Amino acid sequence: MNKKLLSLPYLFWCAAFIIIPLCMVVYYGVTDKTGAFTLQNISAIATAEHSKALWISILLSFISTLICLLLAYPLAMVLSNLHVNQHSFIVLIFILPMWMNFLLRTMAWQTLLEKSGVINTFLEFLHLPALNIINTPSAIILGMVYNFLPFMVLPIYNVLTKIDKNVINAARDLGADSVQTFIRIILPLSLPGVISGITMVFVPALTTFVISTLLGGSKILLIGNVIEQEFTQTGNWHLGSGLSIVLMLFILVNMVLSAIFDKDGEGSML
Amino acid sequence: MRNAARRIYIILILIFLYAPIVTLIVLSFNASKSRAKWGGFTLQWYQSLLKDRNILNALWTTLTIALLSALFATVIGTISCIAIQSMKRRNRAIIMGITNIPMLNAEIVTGISLMLLFIVLKMNLGFFTILLAHITFNIPYVILSVMPRMKQLNPNTYEAALDLGATHLYAFFKVTFPDILPGILSGFLMAFTMSLDDFIITYFTKGPGIDTLSTKIYTEVKKGIKPEMYALSSIIFVAVLMLLLLVNKTPKEKKV
Repeated sequence: MNKKLLSLPYLFWCAAFIIIPLCMVVYYGVTDKTGAFTLQNISAIATAEHSKALWISILLSFISTLICLLLAYPLAMVLSNLHVNQHSFIVLIFILPMWMNFLLRTMAWQTLLEKSGVINTFLEFLHLPALNIINTPSAIILGMVYNFLPFMVLPIYNVLTKIDKNVINAARDLGADSVQTFIRIILPLSLPGVISGITMVFVPALTTFVISTLLGGSKILLIGNVIEQEFTQTGNWHLGSGLSIVLMLFILVNMVLSAIFDKDGEGSML
Repeated sequence: MRNAARRIYIILILIFLYAPIVTLIVLSFNASKSRAKWGGFTLQWYQSLLKDRNILNALWTTLTIALLSALFATVIGTISCIAIQSMKRRNRAIIMGITNIPMLNAEIVTGISLMLLFIVLKMNLGFFTILLAHITFNIPYVILSVMPRMKQLNPNTYEAALDLGATHLYAFFKVTFPDILPGILSGFLMAFTMSLDDFIITYFTKGPGIDTLSTKIYTEVKKGIKPEMYALSSIIFVAVLMLLLLVNKTPKEKKV
């Protein structure tokens, strides 16, 4: 009885600040300014301008997630083979950059990527061709990978460190070579971390409006930019909410997938 | 050979992660106001930072919100963990599902949903609404770091304390609390960091007239960021780095 009461503050908090606000987004999304029911705000995603923004967002976030995965998996493997007692230190290395403001860090890439920026000066010194990606989709992808890579590394790293070394040794004893051990043992066991990492990278990348503003030269509109503008500039909350509902459907699919593959929440970031 | 390759890979990734940070620190000593060119070494931005009311106000707001939201989130989150732990399996699954929503949902959706709530409730968007929003997205981080500790606890020790005459509160603070303390601390730290680094949710739940460092930087992006901002971020970053090195060093010395 006593312990049931303890859950009340949190239940109240969840209802007031998570459930009800989401219901309000849905309410705004399916009504117009007069309060009448309409599906126009949601079907507005099909207009050329909006569907293009959604398509670019999906494409860029898909590519970034893939790059993050390809970079993070080997990294997590290497890190998990280091000394065991350094666990918290390794987590720290990836959390530490967050103490430098996220907007400033992303801005810094402008300085690094500019035509006469640091990277191009360096490339010129090595007599390599210049990199002209600032204000292009490639710069946005780079910004996404840079900002969200830790969210891919940490879950995979956490899962990998939890794999019982005896299982791997047993596979080796039974004659599996390192490739077989990886494909048959390590990869399947690390799947919860991979799935969780994919969710943690794909969702923020899909919905960002800041990275595209800072590195895309405000020429490239992502679906996040469209929604942000509806709320802060155009002031059409109904349309903004309708488009958010579409966005939430994508997130929901992602959440369901991660719930199926990661039942025990093994692949958490912490 | 393989070890060398591994080391080079780690180093490359670290360069990738830390290059922008080094860039910002270098810019904080740049005499030229432009990001693009180097105008010689100077400490003037560090001096003028101390006189810049606007930035210092934003810093104060940011730190107060981070501290308060992390504190509230830690208390609410820890209490909820005790409650969640004693729940039936199904209820636990439901509440953990709800807990995951702010973490898995898009920040922009969380931001606008809270903004709609505050506006419909006719609350003035400002310090208080930012604080409420930050507590909301911080609680999951606390729960997720306390929960694993909670699961490792031996329930018998708590009951033994009760059998020996301790009250629930006394038993909690004497038996449970010390065991889950590392989880609580890392949850608090995580919450503080997340609050400090947040831009999107603050952007939607703040009103005019109040700024955190993030929202201030965002408004400055178009007209050019004040170099004092680089100076301030460098100070914060180096201070945290020092603190963490210190904290990380102490337990190692004990072992030796």
